[in-house]
Amino acid sequence: MSVTRAVAVLLCLIGPVGLAGCADDEPASGDDGTSGTSGTGGTDSAAVAVSASDDECKLSRSEVKAGTNTFAVTNQGSKVTEFYVYAEGDRVMGEVENIGPGLKRDLIVELTAGRYQTACKPGMAGNGIRGDLTVTGEATAQVDTDTALKQATESYQRYVRSQATALEERTAEFVAAVKAGDVAKAKELFPVSRTYWERIEPVAESFGDLDPKIDARENDVEPGTEWTGFHRIEKALWIGNTTAGMSPYADRLMADVKTVVAKAKVVRLNPLQLANGAKELLDEVATTKITGEEDRYSHTDLWDFRANVEGSQAAVQALRPALQQRDPALVTTLDTRFAAVFTALEKYRSGDGFKPYLPTSAERRHLSSVVDALAEPVSKVAAVVARK
Amino acid sequence: VTISRRGLLGGIAAAAGAGGIGGYAAFAAASGSDGTAPASDVVDFHGDHQAGIVTPVQDRLHFAAFDLVDSASRNDLVRLLKEWTAAAERMTAGRDVGEHGAVSGPDDAPPEDTGEALDLPPSRLTLTIGFGPSLFDKRFGLSRLRPPALVDLPRFIGDTLDPARCGGDIAVQACSDDPQVAVHAIRNLARIGFGTTAVRYSQLGFGRTSSTSRDQATPRNLMGFKDGTRNLKLEDAAKLEQHLWVQPGDGPDWMTGGSYLVSRRIRMMIETWDRTSLAEQEAIIGRHKGSGAPLGKADEFDEIDFGIRDDAGEPRFTPEAHIRLAHPSTNGGAELLRRGYNFVDGSDGLGRLDAGLFFLAYQRDPRRQFIPVQRSLARSDVLNEYIRHNGSGIFACPPGIRAGSFWGETLFA
Repeated sequence: MSVTRAVAVLLCLIGPVGLAGCADDEPASGDDGTSGTSGTGGTDSAAVAVSASDDECKLSRSEVKAGTNTFAVTNQGSKVTEFYVYAEGDRVMGEVENIGPGLKRDLIVELTAGRYQTACKPGMAGNGIRGDLTVTGEATAQVDTDTALKQATESYQRYVRSQATALEERTAEFVAAVKAGDVAKAKELFPVSRTYWERIEPVAESFGDLDPKIDARENDVEPGTEWTGFHRIEKALWIGNTTAGMSPYADRLMADVKTVVAKAKVVRLNPLQLANGAKELLDEVATTKITGEEDRYSHTDLWDFRANVEGSQAAVQALRPALQQRDPALVTTLDTRFAAVFTALEKYRSGDGFKPYLPTSAERRHLSSVVDALAEPVSKVAAVVARK
Repeated sequence: VTISRRGLLGGIAAAAGAGGIGGYAAFAAASGSDGTAPASDVVDFHGDHQAGIVTPVQDRLHFAAFDLVDSASRNDLVRLLKEWTAAAERMTAGRDVGEHGAVSGPDDAPPEDTGEALDLPPSRLTLTIGFGPSLFDKRFGLSRLRPPALVDLPRFIGDTLDPARCGGDIAVQACSDDPQVAVHAIRNLARIGFGTTAVRYSQLGFGRTSSTSRDQATPRNLMGFKDGTRNLKLEDAAKLEQHLWVQPGDGPDWMTGGSYLVSRRIRMMIETWDRTSLAEQEAIIGRHKGSGAPLGKADEFDEIDFGIRDDAGEPRFTPEAHIRLAHPSTNGGAELLRRGYNFVDGSDGLGRLDAGLFFLAYQRDPRRQFIPVQRSLARSDVLNEYIRHNGSGIFACPPGIRAGSFWGETLFA
């Protein structure tokens, strides 16, 4: 967490008019609240069945027609999974989060002709199990940059909505474990629920005092004000090895998360805000994750670290078609440097998650240098987007 | 006899080309210097108030906090203050420390003065002393003299204080236009103090970040912005009485004419700051980066208009703009005399510079000045994303002294 960004608040707040506009444009969603887009092209009536397990990601076919497509994802594995459709450069065209074992969820996504990748992410970990997807049909004319930028905001809104939905669901599981007194389960779910928070943190932060209520570290709290949120519970779990007394904080956390989720789902960001959000997420990594001060009791900082970078990448990749037109060299640099950060993080992977973050000074320095190397080109995105 | 630095310099200039250690003494003797330097280069150590507060800010800082050693008694403390005063009088006048100084003593004894300032002019050196809250504990019988205004600073939101960079029984601020002169002063005071006191922490600073005189241009901090535009200035005599100097009746009499110093070591995350767009930087600070003018204005000293709107009718100032949060109108009229310095203390092991601002602010009562201002900043300032307060101190700086008295004499009267 960081102290509220006044500038972000100013940029992100939307008036009643904006809200109404957002509601009108609300895309069709999966019946379980997952993301999707309203289609304007032809509809491919037969859904693509996706069979996701802990080590496979099978699609009933790898070729679909351009237009609105539905992917019916069934999780036949034992881990919670996610399903993504990526355009070039891992630009998220659509995704469903948090598909529990045995559950089925639909992803409805509009795709133009071209080559894509699909990915299942059992355990929500890493790059996922990838497959190729070809979308046939007449090649659509390349859109102009203004259209590309408009599409970027729609694409990122879909991302925020699906992350927000998953944040609410996973926080509910975490809260349930805390209230049930299940310390082990709560510890397991703590970094998982935070992943969704950290991916969309700049959006969440823009809602004034909700961020400190949900994500304040102990020293962020003004004397005389009660310390609440994730880190309050984190301290009890890891330092006290207990959930005793945490029930009221768990309830508060759930209520605050629900409020933030409701707001995040209707927020409308412009391309410049996307670019700034991508930069801010890397600032978060550079200032609070690298140092290990974010999750100082649980040492689960690397989950947050990766989630921040993923969130940054989602915003940048939404802008990718526009960036490709205006500054292809920057796109190449961004691709390389995002990849370098993810590669650096893999060294610390343990199962679906990460080892406790207790780095040597050399390790810390290396992570710092790859993040700085990425943050520099990401900070240049805004000016490219703003260019007339 | 000791060598005056001024004398040396004159001698060297007069006999350019000659060199070597052997040469120094000869020149000094030949110059017949009385140890005085040009008025412009010496700041008078004596006066109603301590020098180094409203003195036009020098370019360099060496600040040190000292702790008294466990065995030190009240008499040791008084003796130390007398010895320090004598040394400070000499050094601020451009002379070396001790009866024999740097090079005139016995060959078999270590020189009294460490010597590195020998051939340097006084460089407007000032030495300013302050007493921390811990000096008023039971050790020296000073408890009842602790000024109520010398509070323990509260914890502010976001503080990441390192105890090794906080507090101190005594602080000495050495300011000079030459870094070596400032370092020489602290080094020699520390040396004199061995056995009675030890350095707790010290901080070097460069590039003054405030002006205390209208004759000085407003300098820039490491964020690249002009800092201290609205600082208290020595020309504002009435305001200095109101906001800077402890007045009769304010607190214990020994502090009348003194001032309270708050020091904060503020690390700046300059790398992330540098990746922030110009528009956002200016929105965060509330000033234009180039001119230093308030948003929407043209000149640095134009009046701030927090209600000003842009062409589209949008407010130029966010509620959390730094200069709004720090403005006297937001803080019950509180003003401070700031004389902070930039620092870069090497790197932080993460490939970044350990850089920032060593904030120094003098005031009449921290309870009505620094504390409310910092509360407001800690709570809402967007700048907090780019800074960390990791060192902190508060000190009661006694009034100035006359020749023949010593630092803090009023406290031991």
